[in-house]
Amino acid sequence: MNSILEYLTIFVLSAFIGIEVISKVPSILHTPLMSGSNAIHGVILVGAMLVLGSATTTTEEVLGFIAVILATLNVVGGFVVTDRMLQMFKGRVDERRPSGPDGSGGPGGSRP
Amino acid sequence: MSVATTTDLCYLIAAIGFILALKGLSSPRRARLGNLVGAAGMALAIGVTFFHPGLHHLGLILGAMAIGAVIGVPTARLVKMTAMPQMVAAFNGVGGGAAALVSVVEFLAIDTKLAPTYKIVEIAFGVVVGCVSLSGSAVAFAKLQELMTGRPITYPAQQVVNAVIGVAILGVALALFVSPSSTVLWILLALSLVLGAILVLPIGGADVPVLISLLNSATGLAVAASGFTIGSNLLIVAGTLVGASGILLTRMMSQAMGRSLPNILFSAFGAVITAGTAQGEADRSVRAGTPEDVGVLLAYSRKVVIIPGYGLAVAQAQHTARELADILADRGVEVFYAIHPVAGRMPGHMNVLLAEANVPYEELKEMDEANPEMATADVALVVGANDTVNPAAHTTPGSPIYGMPIINADQAGTVVFLKRSMRPGFAGIDNELLYDPKTVMLFGDAKDTLTKLVAAVSAA
Repeated sequence: MNSILEYLTIFVLSAFIGIEVISKVPSILHTPLMSGSNAIHGVILVGAMLVLGSATTTTEEVLGFIAVILATLNVVGGFVVTDRMLQMFKGRVDERRPSGPDGSGGPGGSRP
Repeated sequence: MSVATTTDLCYLIAAIGFILALKGLSSPRRARLGNLVGAAGMALAIGVTFFHPGLHHLGLILGAMAIGAVIGVPTARLVKMTAMPQMVAAFNGVGGGAAALVSVVEFLAIDTKLAPTYKIVEIAFGVVVGCVSLSGSAVAFAKLQELMTGRPITYPAQQVVNAVIGVAILGVALALFVSPSSTVLWILLALSLVLGAILVLPIGGADVPVLISLLNSATGLAVAASGFTIGSNLLIVAGTLVGASGILLTRMMSQAMGRSLPNILFSAFGAVITAGTAQGEADRSVRAGTPEDVGVLLAYSRKVVIIPGYGLAVAQAQHTARELADILADRGVEVFYAIHPVAGRMPGHMNVLLAEANVPYEELKEMDEANPEMATADVALVVGANDTVNPAAHTTPGSPIYGMPIINADQAGTVVFLKRSMRPGFAGIDNELLYDPKTVMLFGDAKDTLTKLVAAVSAA
């Protein structure tokens, strides 16, 4: 099979999986899901590594270098932000600390 | 097993990880696990890429990753919870930028004279969509961070300008197929950056989270395009997953706001900005109350509904709000919280904050559950919310929020607004309810005011 057709096949099947896999999401999870899928497209880091790794001219090296920086930001930022959002959900079940009037100093996510 | 086979196998495992991550993230119980599975898949994919045959510039790669991590981790860890939506916008934008750059570098690296047309199409698509996502996210970030106004920005012939840029992009892309030179590609890149920015300008602040979701989906597609270009199944799978699920998620988010997606994207175009209906009468009087009066009112009510909004988050008043609810409950007042699906600046924002203050889950009522009870409530205590209780959504067909479901605070016996000022809410429109004779305003920081209310109720 010619490679473009092979890629198209994978593309079409992935599109169906993407739609199928999140059929019903409660509204409180909309933002974490958006943030989580944001982290997943950070996989462009793999692409950025590959193009920088095979760069031959200075222009390619510079652009590839920037691409790796941006993609890394996407990956680490995406996963950390999502985890912090989701961390707040467990507060509902376990009581971790007394809630005083002084709840300032940043919302729960700033705890280590 | 050869290195190439092992690599591909690991990429397959990573792709499965991403699918499971999305699946997990759509249910409250498994969300956190889902995110960790996704992160593990990502780590595997990145790790195994280092063993890719013929990978040069290892030092450069590691250096760039170190820079990205040094900037990214502290930013993501330290940013306040209230600033999360703009962080998502920022991290989405850089992803789009990276996807565009990968396509550009691949274009520079191949012999474009010999490349088949579909290769050029993939590259052009990746560059255009990646750049639109980058500059669109940058403008969305600026709006949410309040670096610029959150109101829709409109100017004469906006649609014409957008159409001209859009047609120009198509034209330049066609030129690229005919003569694939890097100059033409740079023009395409610049035009796409402009398009992303001008598409986002007319979108009002309250709609920006939906927009970010759409741009997130766009970045996914740009990543998939890069995957086609460099021949990576992993990028195609992950990018397409995000692209497809992102479009669905965008639709769900706009439905939660009672809006259609085209309505959100294009409603500010043309002459829809009749939001200023009340502007001619800007100096109408409002009734400003004292915490003592309101404290007595609350203490002798039967049913009080607390309607939280972004102001609660900003003032970090969730603990004080709970304290007030507790002492009212001790006096036998029925208290519950009415949560609008898009209260705050991200869906679920209020649930998260109130959960942090250990508010019992049963006291949080979703909008559909709360609205039938509003007519029997004595007091609607609106803490830092505005647009989500604005009756203009029912009554003013020209309003940007017309048709959005709201919490019917106007049906309660008395409406008490805790607000910092008379400034309009995030959607930038006036709220008639503030001028209603049955409305009492308590100006000031939500936490201070709530503390005073607690004292007043205890004294009553």
